[in-house]
Amino acid sequence: MMQTLKAVLAAAVVAVGVAAPAIAEDPVKVGFIYVGPANDGGWSQHHHEAAMKMKEHFGDAVEVVEQESVPEGADAERVMTQMALSGVDLIFTTSFGYMDPTINVAKKFPNVKFEHATGFKTAPNVSVYSARFYEGRAVTGYIAGAMTKTNKIGYIASFPIPEVIRGINSTHIHAKKANPDVTLNVIWLYTWFDPGKEADATQAMLDQGVDVILAHTDSTAPLATLEKQGGYGFGQAADMIEFAPEPRLSSIIDEWAPYYIERVQAVMDGTWESVNTWYGITEGMVGIGEFSEVIPEDVRAEAAKMRDDIASGAYHPFTGPLNKQDGTPWLAEGEVADDGTLAGMTFYVEGIEGDVPN
Amino acid sequence: MGAISIELLLASLMVASTPILLAAIGELVVEKSGVLNLGVEGMMITGAICGFAVAVETGSPFLGFVGAALGGATLSVIFAVLTQYLLSNQVATGLALTLFGLGFSALIGQGYVGIKPPAIGSVNLGILSDIPFVGPVLFSHDVTVYVALALVAAVWAFLKFSRAGLILRAVGESHEAAHALGYKVVRIRFLAILFGGACAGLGGAYLSLVRVPQWTEGMTAGAGWIALALVVFGAWKPWRVLLGAYLFGGVTVLQLNLQAAGLKVPVELLSMSPYLITILVLVIMSADRRRAALNAPAALGRVFHAST
Repeated sequence: MMQTLKAVLAAAVVAVGVAAPAIAEDPVKVGFIYVGPANDGGWSQHHHEAAMKMKEHFGDAVEVVEQESVPEGADAERVMTQMALSGVDLIFTTSFGYMDPTINVAKKFPNVKFEHATGFKTAPNVSVYSARFYEGRAVTGYIAGAMTKTNKIGYIASFPIPEVIRGINSTHIHAKKANPDVTLNVIWLYTWFDPGKEADATQAMLDQGVDVILAHTDSTAPLATLEKQGGYGFGQAADMIEFAPEPRLSSIIDEWAPYYIERVQAVMDGTWESVNTWYGITEGMVGIGEFSEVIPEDVRAEAAKMRDDIASGAYHPFTGPLNKQDGTPWLAEGEVADDGTLAGMTFYVEGIEGDVPN
Repeated sequence: MGAISIELLLASLMVASTPILLAAIGELVVEKSGVLNLGVEGMMITGAICGFAVAVETGSPFLGFVGAALGGATLSVIFAVLTQYLLSNQVATGLALTLFGLGFSALIGQGYVGIKPPAIGSVNLGILSDIPFVGPVLFSHDVTVYVALALVAAVWAFLKFSRAGLILRAVGESHEAAHALGYKVVRIRFLAILFGGACAGLGGAYLSLVRVPQWTEGMTAGAGWIALALVVFGAWKPWRVLLGAYLFGGVTVLQLNLQAAGLKVPVELLSMSPYLITILVLVIMSADRRRAALNAPAALGRVFHAST
């Protein structure tokens, strides 16, 4: 329904564009595929908003086509093929599970350019881009460790992929820095978006005595549940400021717009190349939301310092000494994790209970 | 491993199961009248946003639920008119209703993202709520949980003991015979469809007003399909549908709690356990094929046209 409406609107825009003789060149057609609804309040909405900012930046020079709530898997391939056939020049596929479909479709359309978010497979016409969310997780993990009264914090995880496992590890390491007695509970939901299940998982954690919860899913349901039942949480992907000052303590904000503008510009200039982009706080792709006033002054200062040190490069969230979960040494004193290991991270660091699902 | 509190587990089971229970009990009545409405998901999500919008605008959760029931029922009118008067295919129409409901709710919901609904309090059951164990489990919920339970009992009594219930079942078993006896097949089915729509709407509103509580596009995330499966699971019997809803909801909540408690069981296994156990029970219950087949309304999904 929404898609149809947007398509009609887009068609109307095209019709108007054709009617006006002022436009000399064909606009660049840019496609976006989202895993959830474009107003989920989190991940997909932020991609959508960035797409809109990009559109605003270029005006009539680009035409944006969007598809929301596209399931990961065969359906995604169908949607991408449709976009490619309809003359889209550049397609952003914005969820990890679109990785193989993107590669498959890209093979069939060598002239169409693809940008896959959070994946690791590239091709001559496929770039990957992601943000170093683990840098943000360091800051929120530190705050979580400082704010828990029960010494139990929880992590609502989606799928056992490196990005999520990095987030869990970074959260745990920095929560421990703030509070050595803290333990981290992880619940795997195997979905990016299911508000009912996210709320149930939040409730299950609260029932277990967890009082600060970090979410790695896309909706605002965990915060809505915390607001009702008590406890603290964080904005994820979006600022989720409507839940401040309680239960939202801070947030990790994804800033995709500058990247989208840069890449679309590259297509316009004919300079587009397959790249592997991994930006963090330094480049502004990861933003840290305002600290809530319920966080004590000293914790806020410490968290701000951590954020600034990560931005300046003075501190890396994965700095040794760190051991893997089974006790084998991973990083020696002062050693910093390399990007290759981080990109393919499938292990927990020492101190986290439970196993990483396969 | 931390201990799991059975008390809290059972209490959250009742909350988690209520949306699918409400939708399933409505669909049961629809199917008993011989109509297969696959649009439950669409009616649920429409109810979720209608209930949310009304509750926010009026500040009354009660009016919200009324609005949700009306919203779900209104959407089901489309289905009823198409299938009962225009004799369209029920499966295709039901699927279309789901798609329409998802899009339509997204459209209405544009202005309601990120808004808090008015809180709905628990019923004060006085000393009942203070009984150890039983109190927190059974007597500390909001009124909708009890309405859902009462609805199951009412549907059971209606189908089993009332004359109207008998007529509804007759229409579902053989619309030709019921028609020959002078019963208004189309009118009865129309009303059953409306009831199903209203129940699905209530289920959706429970999700958006109590369980989550907020509006997010697509928030039912397949609950309507589970409700549909529950009707088959329950062999078109109200109490079995209740059992099925609590079993499914219970295992879902249990597996989340087991994960939170850090139990050493593979997470993959836990995540699929609600579906596994549901399938398992389904297999056991349908072992006796004659009995299982007997329970399905004979005229389910068949188009009725009074030629004379």
